[in-house]
Amino acid sequence: MLETTITRSNPLVDPSLAVWSWEIPVYLFAGGIVAGMMILGGLAMLRIAKGDDPRTFFSLHTPLFAFMLINVGMGALFLDLAHKLYVWRVYLTFQPDSPMSWGSWVLLVVYGALMASALVRLPQAWPWLGRRVPVLQTLSDAITGSPGRMRLLGWANILLGAGLGIYTGILLNTMVARPLWNTGLLGPLFLVSGLSAGAAAMHVASVFLPRRPAPEGMLGGAISALVQQLGPEPPERRTVDTLIRADIAFLAIELVLLGLVVVNLQTSSASHAVAAALIVSGPYAWAFWGVIVALGILAPLALQWLELDHRIPHTVLPALLVLVGGFALRWVMVNAGQASHIVHAAGL
Amino acid sequence: MPRFGMVIDTRKCVGCMDCVVACQTENDVPAGYCRDWITTEVRGEFPALKMEIRSERCNHCDNPPCVSCCPTGASHVADPGRVVLVTANKCIGCKACIAACPYDARFVHPKGYVDKCTFCHHRTKDGLDPACVAVCPTHCMAFGDLDDPASTVSTLLRTRAHHALLPEAGTKPRIFYLT
Ligand code: SF4
Ligand code: SF4
Repeated sequence: MLETTITRSNPLVDPSLAVWSWEIPVYLFAGGIVAGMMILGGLAMLRIAKGDDPRTFFSLHTPLFAFMLINVGMGALFLDLAHKLYVWRVYLTFQPDSPMSWGSWVLLVVYGALMASALVRLPQAWPWLGRRVPVLQTLSDAITGSPGRMRLLGWANILLGAGLGIYTGILLNTMVARPLWNTGLLGPLFLVSGLSAGAAAMHVASVFLPRRPAPEGMLGGAISALVQQLGPEPPERRTVDTLIRADIAFLAIELVLLGLVVVNLQTSSASHAVAAALIVSGPYAWAFWGVIVALGILAPLALQWLELDHRIPHTVLPALLVLVGGFALRWVMVNAGQASHIVHAAGL
Repeated sequence: MPRFGMVIDTRKCVGCMDCVVACQTENDVPAGYCRDWITTEVRGEFPALKMEIRSERCNHCDNPPCVSCCPTGASHVADPGRVVLVTANKCIGCKACIAACPYDARFVHPKGYVDKCTFCHHRTKDGLDPACVAVCPTHCMAFGDLDDPASTVSTLLRTRAHHALLPEAGTKPRIFYLT
């Protein structure tokens, strides 16, 4: 038996670590969706470079949507900082050993790439801007008109998206003090979950966002450019089916990776096994099994399977469930991870 | 350059918390926070019980994960003593270092930056002992250069049985507890 009494009671640290609240899960979730969208959007750009219609759904609309989301994610990240006025310090240095330093710089490059990709679409989504700033139109035409440039932008999106997706996992992964995060599978898991959430978010957007011709005026055009990325055409049936098929594959891989994470932790040291118990049978079990696995993976897998088989009508429900599951995954991993710690051998 | 460390005799420590109060006073630690604390461990089955009382703080690790994860370089290793310090006006308050420390030795200062034990750098660079060491009524703590074979800390480690906290974390802590 081991009984430990500690006189320390520092806020956010005791009785168990709680330095990261809702902001970091939101940031990781938004970052994951953006990563997924960049990869999917990049693939669509490669298709356009091969001669597909550049006006098809989620070809040029994805970057605009992802660009908005990355701002949400970075906003959440900023809100998390306790010493906000000094945030610029991150960009005065590069610390090669710090995943967060890598992440900050990657975010900057991602931001630039997304902005460039979004700009390509902007003159079309916001004609007023295109007319006022003709150079944008010229730029957009120069990129969409050249398969070579389109391919370059596509690959930049794919590679940066993969980097961003894996990074969101690596950030947690490197902290030896929190055993739940000590598995190299976290990066791939977050990447695949980001891909399924990215596909789901585009699916939801395709259903909910209005599909009217873009207003011509300055203000109306600006607003519609923000909320009406999808332009005048509804998404093609083929595109939606492709998204669903892709999502089924992503969900299946995510399920396997999730299982491997648990097995990996349970078969490691005592600290890791105790950490795994937090999510498998401990206080986070309801969220892990109920929300992440059942609602977020198994239910949408089954529903989408039936949809493709034409046994039930297409709805947006599976996509919504995937999004709920994707957020729950980050929420559980961030919170349960903070609750996990290295276990004293004598305490077992 | 010296490599500062601490050796604490758990056979002498009575858990009076003088070190905690001395630190709070010396370093103007905000109310409700502490840079050092007392841990009491009781092991075994009654009546074969064993108790260890320890004064704990940042271990000024030789391999500090809090320094390697810091995105700004605010957490750094400083001389004299190779101690681990935080530069307040470089810290963005991302709290990665708090999550990375296996000893939970850090906290967010109410002003927003991350704070922790400095081994009383302002005193030790002038050759004084840290406040906690200086104030201890049982003289259970020794402070000095671990690389100097003639120092009190080195002599104690050579002659007495000791252990460090969570050596399995790989952080190479520099506070040792005599048993
Ligand atoms: S005890 Fe924690 S804060 Fe101190 S040097 Fe080691 S890891 Fe860093
Ligand atoms: S909270 Fe401050 S000291 Fe800690 S890792 Fe972030 S910037 Fe560095």
